[in-house]
Amino acid sequence: MHRLGLAARTVLTNGLAAGTEEILVHGVAAVCDPLGGLYLPETGMLVVSDLHLEKGAAFARRGMMLPPYDTIATLNILAAVIARYDPKVVVSLGDNFHDRRGSEHLPTDLRKMITDMARGRDWIWINGNHDPDGTTDLPGLSSDELVYGGLVFRHEPSLISAKGEIAGHLHPAATVRRREKSVRRPCFASDGHRLLMPAFGVLAGGLDLRHKAMQGLFRKETLVAHLLGRDRIYSVRYGSLMG
Amino acid sequence: MDLVETKPSGSQAATLPRPFLNWFAEKGWQPRAHQLELLARAQAGENMLLIAPTGAGKTLAGFLPSLTDLVACGKIPPGSAFTGIHTLYISPLKALTVDIERNLMKPVNEMGLAVTVENRTGDTPQAKRQRQKLNPPDILLTTPEQVALLLANKEAARFFKDLKYVVLDELHSLVTSKRGHLLSLGLARLRKHAPNMQTIGLSATVADPMDLQRWLVPQGETPAPPAGLVHVTGGAAPDISILGTDTRIPWSGHVSTYAIPEVYEEIRRHKTTLIFVNTRFQAELLFQTLWTINEDNLPIALHHGSLDASQRRKVEAAMADNKLRAVVATSTLDMGIDWGDIDLVVHVGAPKGASRLAQRIGRANHRMDEPSKAILVPANRFEVMECQAALDANYLGAQDTPPVGEGALDVLAQHVLGMACAEPFDPVALYDEITSASPYATLSWEMFERIVDFVATGGYALRSYERYAKIRKMEDGRWRVSNPQIAQQYRMNLGTIVEAAELNVRLVKRNAKGTIGRGGMTLGKVEEYFLEQLVQGDTFLFAGKVLRFEGIRENECLVSNAFSLDPKIPAYAGGKFPLTTYLADQVRAMLAEPERRTALPDQVRDWLSIQLERSMLPRQDELLIETFPRGKRFFMIAYCFEGRLAHQTLGMLLTRRLERAGARPLGFVATDYSLAIWGLNDMGAMIADGSLSLSDLFDEDMLGDDLEAWLDESYMLKRTFRNCAVISGLIERRHPGKEKTGRQVTVSTDLIYDVLRSHEPDHVLLEATRRDAATGLLDIGRLGDMLGRIKGHITHRNLDRVSPLAVPIMLEIGKESVPGEAHDAVLQEAADELIAEAMAP
Repeated sequence: MHRLGLAARTVLTNGLAAGTEEILVHGVAAVCDPLGGLYLPETGMLVVSDLHLEKGAAFARRGMMLPPYDTIATLNILAAVIARYDPKVVVSLGDNFHDRRGSEHLPTDLRKMITDMARGRDWIWINGNHDPDGTTDLPGLSSDELVYGGLVFRHEPSLISAKGEIAGHLHPAATVRRREKSVRRPCFASDGHRLLMPAFGVLAGGLDLRHKAMQGLFRKETLVAHLLGRDRIYSVRYGSLMG
Repeated sequence: MDLVETKPSGSQAATLPRPFLNWFAEKGWQPRAHQLELLARAQAGENMLLIAPTGAGKTLAGFLPSLTDLVACGKIPPGSAFTGIHTLYISPLKALTVDIERNLMKPVNEMGLAVTVENRTGDTPQAKRQRQKLNPPDILLTTPEQVALLLANKEAARFFKDLKYVVLDELHSLVTSKRGHLLSLGLARLRKHAPNMQTIGLSATVADPMDLQRWLVPQGETPAPPAGLVHVTGGAAPDISILGTDTRIPWSGHVSTYAIPEVYEEIRRHKTTLIFVNTRFQAELLFQTLWTINEDNLPIALHHGSLDASQRRKVEAAMADNKLRAVVATSTLDMGIDWGDIDLVVHVGAPKGASRLAQRIGRANHRMDEPSKAILVPANRFEVMECQAALDANYLGAQDTPPVGEGALDVLAQHVLGMACAEPFDPVALYDEITSASPYATLSWEMFERIVDFVATGGYALRSYERYAKIRKMEDGRWRVSNPQIAQQYRMNLGTIVEAAELNVRLVKRNAKGTIGRGGMTLGKVEEYFLEQLVQGDTFLFAGKVLRFEGIRENECLVSNAFSLDPKIPAYAGGKFPLTTYLADQVRAMLAEPERRTALPDQVRDWLSIQLERSMLPRQDELLIETFPRGKRFFMIAYCFEGRLAHQTLGMLLTRRLERAGARPLGFVATDYSLAIWGLNDMGAMIADGSLSLSDLFDEDMLGDDLEAWLDESYMLKRTFRNCAVISGLIERRHPGKEKTGRQVTVSTDLIYDVLRSHEPDHVLLEATRRDAATGLLDIGRLGDMLGRIKGHITHRNLDRVSPLAVPIMLEIGKESVPGEAHDAVLQEAADELIAEAMAP
């Protein structure tokens, strides 16, 4: 996992981080960052999705002692991407915590990290299916949905209105193959109307873009997967991906 | 009867009770000397090991001490206090316990003994298991996993208090695996419950019987005397030959298709032929090719581990009824089950180990007094030498079974939790008990404490899970399990066999429009990683058919009939055994000593003598390195003879070093015999002018930093980590049918590995993973031995063209791709294509 080691690397050129990919979603400019965040320059908003904080602890509560380092690892990457763009608003697009008890049991030092990151900017927690009740004792507002700057932000993609929707929930990932080698990475997925965010949490995992859960969400002809590479985004058309 | 027996020690004479004497007399049999010796020494209180070939009456010998004791004790009067089991029989295979129950009940019934015999496996219904706990049989036939389950039960002490004998079947195959480690820990606990219990191990011939003799008795600070040994050698010498052929023996490859007409002829000439191969792929291909020439429509069947269980059972039943003329099989048929009247064993491909060959040949004529008949079919020229070496070995009785090895840490973690589930444990007492098991005899107290800590809270430096601990220390210093759910979880996750993620293969129909129907029959299972290489439309051989890959739907792999004879080849890496050290040694000796080569076919001898002219044949302790140009590339071949796994690891490490030395390596390929590396710069010239030093290149220090750096990215290490994570109880096992479909809700062990490595690289589970890797998929132990051996014995030949000895591996290039890591280069290329297309959403 490259992101674990690379979070600290910040290279800004012409106001944009190197290795990013700028695209349009419903006419709104959006920058896909290889660390997994989406930056909207017009509104100064940074979007991240599916942080799944305290996933290790959620499993430990059920008797599986996963490493207790996932939250700090995810927050380190988040801090790096915030430092890179210095956004006015941060939107965390749901499944911010892996379970309902996550934000309540968050260790103090980690809570402080979030508080520090939120200082001087607005922070919006969109509720997800893992954490529908909002957050406890954390800065920012909770909401089920946000409409802002010509776009609508929600956790689960809606089946009816695709236009200008930024959603998470599905953890899109894609596989490309060349010369007997295949590479699978989390990705942003967009057909120009809707955009699905990659999961940001280090233990969140991915679901293939060709999985049936993704069916009907995109126009396949214009769908492009923006894969998170080592230090840049790789954009690959849907038809060139491997099933 | 042609048996050579060890002499009974001393004057101990076994006394057989009257019913036994009558039974032998009625049958017109004599109890065999080894049966009586084993009985006498067991009755005198010794733990025992019986080593004997198949057909020597091993099973009866193993049970005689127990049966005679049960007869002597008499029937338990009704109304007496609870009596636990008297004898525990443990075998590695479920099927074997069923087989043994049948074979044991026959004499028990015929003698009219009041002895109850039952089996208990994963298939035993819940009601019967419950009843067995309340009213145990005298003799319980079971598997290592069931023993662990019984021992983790609160009633374990009561259940095992009367245990007198533990009979361990196929001990040679059990002890070398993690199952054996778990069983050794179980045995240590059984001794706590029944301090006077005796062990009786039954084994095929092994390299070092003393390993097993120690395994059977308590070790620790004051080890018990090793188990007594009864060694039955001989029996009729098997009649083994190497298939003679007029056809040219191929230079490379694994499939022996050249010899299929001859194999078919042999099938026609015999009643029932068992054809062993080393991999599922070989089995598939051979089966298919045999049927293309099966003009007589002989009933020939296929049997391997990936086939659906019901299909396998059908084949087994047909075989037991002698309805088949031939079965093509992999190692799933290796073990001691009796299969009808087999009069010929054909081994296609080299057996890779002399002991494995002996075991497989034992399948023919399951009677000791008739010679087994076997034919070896080498697939290529190196395999001719390997077959010859195995053949010599079988005559010489040399053995090359792997050593018992150090106990795995993940298994230990599982056992510690199990013991807490049974009853609170005192750590010092449990440590003493565990170190009495031979694989764990050298376990340090410090490592034991780390394992206990791991079981309790994951053993992390960051102690944030104390309140979720699975086991807790009580005021008296003992550890107890936190809640009943933990015990439930333990039971669900017990065992040491971690299946690779597998998908069902379902045969569906494609209609004219190309859409795929639902339904259709299940053909078996394939590993997920194999499917990851396929795209829709690829064809592969499976269950004897050429199939077209249609896609994955939920947890099923959909295929249709391909109506093609030219499948893309499935590379089941799992089935490939590496060449054993012993055989490798013999092949090297054959190259070194001309007199060892006289038995080889002319074709092979000619090949070697041309090699001697053009280049050289290495001495037994020497490593030959050849370099030569070919096409636009420069090649380096190292003839190490250490098996594919060790060569693969060596290839990974050498390419890193060559990269640093400026040789610009492009790739490598490994076989059992040699390693070929190719690059853009002339490595021969570099060695000649001193800019590349072979002794530096092959220095043992490559197992330091280079290894560490490579392991960081190795997918093989991640696979090993996954197994350790499951066995140690860090994550739950996948239970077939219980997985949630659709969206991924589980957690990927690859991600856990990455997070753990970056935050706590010294964690005990990473340590366990590295230890496993050293002996498992990476064979680092063997590589290290070789690097030590060849120090100062490297000979370089700079040639102007490819040498005869290099041809086999040169032909492998392109056929087998190097298992590589994911590289951004691949992404780059895919992205470049797209840019060329000038993407415009």
